[in-house]
Amino acid sequence: MNSIRRHVLKAAGSAGLIGTAIAVGLLKPGQALAAWNEAGFSATKPADALAAIGASGAATSNDVQVKAPDIAENGAVVPVEVVTKLANVESIAILGEKNANPLIAIYNLTDFDGSLSTRMKMGQTANVRAVVKAGGKFYTAAKEVKVTVGGCGG
Amino acid sequence: MAIAMRVRAGSGEIKILMTHPSENGLRKDAKTGQLVPAHFVKNVTVAVNGKTVLDGQWGGGVSKDPYLSFKVKGMKAGDKIAVNAEDNKGDKGSAEASAS
Repeated sequence: MNSIRRHVLKAAGSAGLIGTAIAVGLLKPGQALAAWNEAGFSATKPADALAAIGASGAATSNDVQVKAPDIAENGAVVPVEVVTKLANVESIAILGEKNANPLIAIYNLTDFDGSLSTRMKMGQTANVRAVVKAGGKFYTAAKEVKVTVGGCGG
Repeated sequence: MAIAMRVRAGSGEIKILMTHPSENGLRKDAKTGQLVPAHFVKNVTVAVNGKTVLDGQWGGGVSKDPYLSFKVKGMKAGDKIAVNAEDNKGDKGSAEASAS
């Protein structure tokens, strides 16, 4: 284990994540990370989740593509890729419109180069939606994913 | 307990795979019939040479063993990539890599 990792792991025991990151020079002091969006992640309706991230007025856009399987055999692991050619992307949010809590992830980005992939859970056939904030405006696109075996448990 | 993770970087892309149960708190344990408590990664940050390029928030809807990959501009061979994560119980993890 190199000395930086050892230092980070040791410091992580005593300081918070941000304190640790500052201590090892990963973050400049005063550079704040986004606070966890409680309202967004506990929303049970897509419209409420969108409102919580300020994206209620998102315009459907061909400049955003959601790439996901037409049929997900395992709803526990649905791969989703968000592709966009929009410039100045500030953030990407991903929603599963029929998930109990539709908001899956929010990514605040710098120097983003057009493609982001992650894996999410889906309990039933539904739209997977991406909301991209670029140049101060919100753009959205969705793709329906059919789910044969639900992945949320229960 | 630290969150284990691996990071690879190169050709303009950063790929991260974490080990984490990512429980959303809605699943019932098959044996006990009790709800498994929510236990998921809440925050993940990725920095290139000290500059944050991704500041992410997750909920319990992210799949078990979270996978994240994304393309970033201007990454060169030898750039230092640092990933940090923290879950809803306060457990943390980090990993570093040099971009190839």
